[in-house]
Amino acid sequence: MFRQARWDDKLIFERVGESDFCFLSDRTEVSLVPEGMARSGLCLPDIPEREVVKHYTNLSQMNYGLDNGFYPLGSCTMKYNPKYADQVASLSTVVNVHPMQDEAAMQGSLRLMYELEQALCAISGMAAVTLQPAAGAQGEFTGMLIAKAFHKKNGQERTEVIVPDAAHGTNPASAAMAGFEVIEIPTSKNGCVDLDSLKAALSDKTAAFMITNPNTLGLFEPQIEEIANLVHDAGALLYYDGANFNAILGHTSPGAMNFDIVHFNLHKTFATPHGGGGPGAGPVGVCSRLEPFLPLPRIAKDGERYHLICDRPDSIGKVRSYFGNFAVLARAYAYILRNGSDGLKEVSQKAVLNANYLRGQLEDTFPMPYGKLRKHEFVLSGKTLADEKGVRTLDLVKRLLDRGFMAPTIYFPLLVDEAIMIEPTETETKDTLDEFARAMKEIAGESAETVRSAPNATSVARVDELFAAKELVLTWRIYQAKADKFSGGSK
Amino acid sequence: MALDRRMLDSLGIEDVEQLFADIPQGVRIDGIPLPKGMTEPEMMRTIRAMLQPNATADDMPCFLGCGIYHHHVPAAVRSIAMRSEFITAYTPYQAEISQGMLQALFEYQSLISELTGMDVVNSSNYDGSTALGEAATMSFRIRPKKKFLVPEALSWEKKSVLKNYVWGAVMEIVEYAYDPYTGGLDMADMHSKYDDDVSGIYVEVPNLFGVIDPAAMKLKKEFPEAVLVVGFNPISLGVLTPPGAYGADIAVGEGQPLGLGMNCGGPLLGLFACRTEHVRKMPGRLIGMTKDKNGNRAYCMTLQTREQHIRRSKATSNICTNEALMALTASVYLSIVGPKGLRSIAEINIRNAKGLMQRIDELDAFDSPVFEAHHFNEFVVSGPVRPEKLNKLLLKHGLIGGADMQRHVPRMTDHMLLATTEMHTEADLDRLVNVLREVA
Ligand SMILES: Cc1ncc(COP(=O)(O)O)c(C=O)c1O
Repeated sequence: MFRQARWDDKLIFERVGESDFCFLSDRTEVSLVPEGMARSGLCLPDIPEREVVKHYTNLSQMNYGLDNGFYPLGSCTMKYNPKYADQVASLSTVVNVHPMQDEAAMQGSLRLMYELEQALCAISGMAAVTLQPAAGAQGEFTGMLIAKAFHKKNGQERTEVIVPDAAHGTNPASAAMAGFEVIEIPTSKNGCVDLDSLKAALSDKTAAFMITNPNTLGLFEPQIEEIANLVHDAGALLYYDGANFNAILGHTSPGAMNFDIVHFNLHKTFATPHGGGGPGAGPVGVCSRLEPFLPLPRIAKDGERYHLICDRPDSIGKVRSYFGNFAVLARAYAYILRNGSDGLKEVSQKAVLNANYLRGQLEDTFPMPYGKLRKHEFVLSGKTLADEKGVRTLDLVKRLLDRGFMAPTIYFPLLVDEAIMIEPTETETKDTLDEFARAMKEIAGESAETVRSAPNATSVARVDELFAAKELVLTWRIYQAKADKFSGGSK
Repeated sequence: MALDRRMLDSLGIEDVEQLFADIPQGVRIDGIPLPKGMTEPEMMRTIRAMLQPNATADDMPCFLGCGIYHHHVPAAVRSIAMRSEFITAYTPYQAEISQGMLQALFEYQSLISELTGMDVVNSSNYDGSTALGEAATMSFRIRPKKKFLVPEALSWEKKSVLKNYVWGAVMEIVEYAYDPYTGGLDMADMHSKYDDDVSGIYVEVPNLFGVIDPAAMKLKKEFPEAVLVVGFNPISLGVLTPPGAYGADIAVGEGQPLGLGMNCGGPLLGLFACRTEHVRKMPGRLIGMTKDKNGNRAYCMTLQTREQHIRRSKATSNICTNEALMALTASVYLSIVGPKGLRSIAEINIRNAKGLMQRIDELDAFDSPVFEAHHFNEFVVSGPVRPEKLNKLLLKHGLIGGADMQRHVPRMTDHMLLATTEMHTEADLDRLVNVLREVA
C-alpha cells in the first residue's frame, strides 16, 4: 500500500549548525570592493553539509517522480527516461565545456548539435532545425518571430494568429508575446478543427495558424490536408505544436502534413526527465523558405570541420543565450541513436496501443466525448460522477494519489466538462494500466465523503490554495512576519 | 519492445497499424530515414567518441567568463540534484504529493530573496538573457512607456534576445554610453538619453567589463520614476551590497555560477526578483506557503492567474517548462557554501582577478586592466594580438583563453575579457602570463 514519507517540516532556514564548507578564507579586505558597496550581512543557512544532505534527501522522499510510479499526465508525455541519458549528461565533455570556447576547442559539441539537427529534420520532414529554444513555449515564440520576420520581408503586414480554442495555453501566449493579435476559433462537433470557422477567420491579416496534431483530445485531424491548403492559400503559415509528437513518430510528420514551422518538446518525446518543472528543450524546424530566418548562430559542416555562422542578414537573432540547453540536447541525441528508425516507430505504436487499451478499460465507467479511436492520449469526462455524486474530477484525482498514482491532467482541454486527460505513454506495462483502470473504477464506486476527503496517503492532506493566494507567503522572510497565521497544525 | 498481444486482442485488432487508420494516406510516411537503433554500449561509445575532441575546463585552465563561469561544484550538490524523485517529476501541479519539490522551490525563492535583498523571486526563467527580456516587458507593464535604456556595453547575446522580447510590446531599446576610463556608466549620457518616454533603466553590477560601478547605486535617486532593473552576478553578492538595497524594482541574473555546470551553455538558470508591489505583473511560477486541511504547513503554486494556462493570450509570459531543477541545484549550492563560504568564494575570485591583472600589466605590450576601477572576477585587457589569434595560441599551450570583446563592443578590436574563479591556481595564472610574455 502506498504511503508517502512525511519528515519534519523544518525549512532549511530553521536548521542549525555551522557550515563546514572548504573555501573559508579568514582574510576580509574591505578594499576589494568600492567604498560604500561592501555588503553588511547575508542571511543564508549556516549548516554543515551533513544537515543539508539530510534535508534535501528527506524532501526528495516527499516528492513523487516518474521513477516512483505511473504518471499519466496528459499532454506531458511522462515516459520513463532511460538512465543512460543521465550518464551522457554527466560526461565531463558535456558539463565542463564553456559555450564561448574557440570552435577548434569544441568540435565535439558542434558535431553533436549538427547531427541532432539532421536527425530532427529526418524525423519531422522539415528542411532545417534550430536547437536554441529552451522549451516548447520558447519554440513557439521563436516560430512566431520567424513568421513575423518572413511576412515583413515580403512586405506584408500580417497581425493575427489563429489558434483553436482547445490549444494549449502557451500557443496564444507565445503569439501574443510576439505582438500578434490572437483569434481563437471553436472546435467542431467531432472534436477537430472547424473548417468553416477557420475559413471565416483566415484573411490577408493572418500570419499563422497554430495547431497540434493529434490535437489535445488525442484525435488526428482528418482534414489536415485541406487545412494546410486553406492556410497556404490565404498566404499564412501553418505552425505545428510538436508536444504530441509521440503519437506520430514514423507514421507521419509535420513535413508530410505540409507544416511550415514546428517545435519539438525534447523533454517529452525524446526522454529528458522533466526536473520538477524543467529544464527542457524546444528545437524549431522550418521549411526551406523560412531557413534564412532561423536564430543565430547556425552550425555548418565543412569537410570534417564544424563551424559557426553568425552573420545572416535575415535571421531573427537570438531567443536565449548560446546554443540552447546543450545537456538536454545530448540526452535527446543519445535517445535517438539508441532507438533509431525502428525503435522510434515502435515508440508511437506502443504509445498509441497503450492509450487505446486503457481507453477501452475506462470508457464504460467514464463517458468519453468525441469518438473512439485516439492516438497517444484521450480525454474522459467526470461530469456524470460530479452530477450524480457531487464528486468532482479534482476529488477523483486526489483519491488517485492515495492509490500511489500521479493524477492525470485535469480541466484541460476546456471543451470537455470535468476533463480527465490521460496519457499512459509507451513505457508502461499492461499490468500497470490494469491496476490504474481498476483504481479509477473503484474510486468511482466509493462514497463521496471518502473521495472528497482524499488524499490521506500523501505527505500532507488537501492543501488550501485560496489561503496561499490570499496571504502570499512567498519567502521565508514574509513567513516570519506572518508566522502566527500558521500556528497550531496537527501532525 | 514487443507489443502485448492481449492488448491487441482486447481492442479486437490484429495489427497495431490499424490504430493509425485515421491518418490520411496523403500524409503518411514510410518510417523515419535514420539508421536502425544501437545497443546501449554502442551508443555510449559513439557519444563519448563524438564529444572527445571537446576541450574541458577539467583538463585545461579556462579563462572564459562573460556570463558563464567555471566554479567549484561541491559533490553533494550534484548528488542531491540527481535524486530521481526530483529529476523525474513534472511541474508540481498536484501539491499534496509534490511537497518536496514545492518546499525546495519555496526555499529557492527565499534564498535568492535574501541574496538580492528583493521581496519576491519567481521559481526560475530560462536563463539570464531571457530574464532580462521579461524584465523589460514587465517594466512596460509597470510603467507603459516606450523606451528601455540599456548599457552600450552589454553582451551581444543579451542585446539580441532583448530586442526579440520587446518586439511584441513595441518598445525601443536605447543605449547609454560607458565612461572610457572607468568602464562605469556615463551619467551625463544617461541624463541626455532620459526623457518622459522612458519606462525603465537596466544596469549591470558587475558590468560586461567586470567593473563594479558604484554609480549604479545612485540611479534610483537620479531617476525615481523609471523602473530600475539591476543585472547581478549571484556570487558577487557574497561581498556586494544587493540590488534591493539601492532601490531596484526588478533584479535579474544568470544563476549558472550557483552550482551548475557550464554545460556548453545550458541548461542555465534565469534569476528573477522584484518588489512586492509588482508581484502581479511578474512572469513565471511562484510557490506560496499555505496550510493543509489539518492546519499543517504546506506549499503550492500560487498567483497562477498570471500564467498562460489560465490567462492564455493575456498572460504575463508564455513560460511553462522552466528551469526548476536548476533552481533546486542553486538552493543546495547556497545551503552548502553558506554565508561565509559565499563571501570567501567572492573574495578569492576578486583576488585572483587582481593578481592576474597585475601580472599581465607587468608586460609592456599589454594594458591590464583597461579600465581604472574595482573589478569582480573578470577584466578587460588589450594587447598586440587579436584575441582570436591569441586564443588559438593559448589553446596550443593547453589553456582556454578569454572572450573576444569586439563581438560585444565593435570598437574593442584588441580587447579580451579574462575571468578567474576559485578554480585557478597560482600555477594556472603563471602559465597564462608566460604565453602572453611570448607574444609581447
Ligand atoms: C500541447 C502543448 N503545447 C505546448 C506546451 C509547452 O511546452 P513547454 O512546457 O516545453 O514550454 C505543452 C507542455 O506543457 C503542451 O502540452
